[in-house]
Amino acid sequence: MEIIQIVGLGIVATVLAVVLRHNKPEMAVFLSISVGVMLFLLMLGKIGAVIDVLKELSARANLSMVYLGTILKIVGIAYVADFGSQICRDAGEGAVASKIEFAAKILVLVLAVPIVVAVLNSLLKLVP
Amino acid sequence: MGDIDLIFKIAGVGILVAAAHWVLKSSGKEDYAFITTVGGVAVVLVWVIQQLGTLFDQVKSVFKLF
Repeated sequence: MEIIQIVGLGIVATVLAVVLRHNKPEMAVFLSISVGVMLFLLMLGKIGAVIDVLKELSARANLSMVYLGTILKIVGIAYVADFGSQICRDAGEGAVASKIEFAAKILVLVLAVPIVVAVLNSLLKLVP
Repeated sequence: MGDIDLIFKIAGVGILVAAAHWVLKSSGKEDYAFITTVGGVAVVLVWVIQQLGTLFDQVKSVFKLF
């Protein structure tokens, strides 16, 4: 029952953050960063297990590891960027949060370009 | 769940710094109050950045982001 631990951690941290936000808002930001990191680390092991299963499936289906690696990189970028932008938005810096999201979109686009090129190449092979 | 201590440490430092700030401010030592706040923020920042570093290392190794 890990969810009970997680909910307990979240509620305790929320109460502490509300106490701190009143006169030391920067400490409340640190607190929310710390809770976010803790929950992320807790879930990262499970994500790793799911990714291992996906890798095994793709190896069985004779998929190229390049594509799965690209997708994993994109998912990782999305998770990390979302984490950062949420924290910035919580602290009231909406502009910085938007910039982080913008940078993540560009990086994902850069990673996706080889796949798009591969799709177009195979399309060109099909068309006589 | 090994590092839940960090949350209580951060909250403790926050409350302590808030109290010290209030005491110093009410006794007329505004500059010391500011230095106390900056020191508390620096200490907590070091802890949080170490934790963030471990998070980013783990994310890199799980998602093969190199």
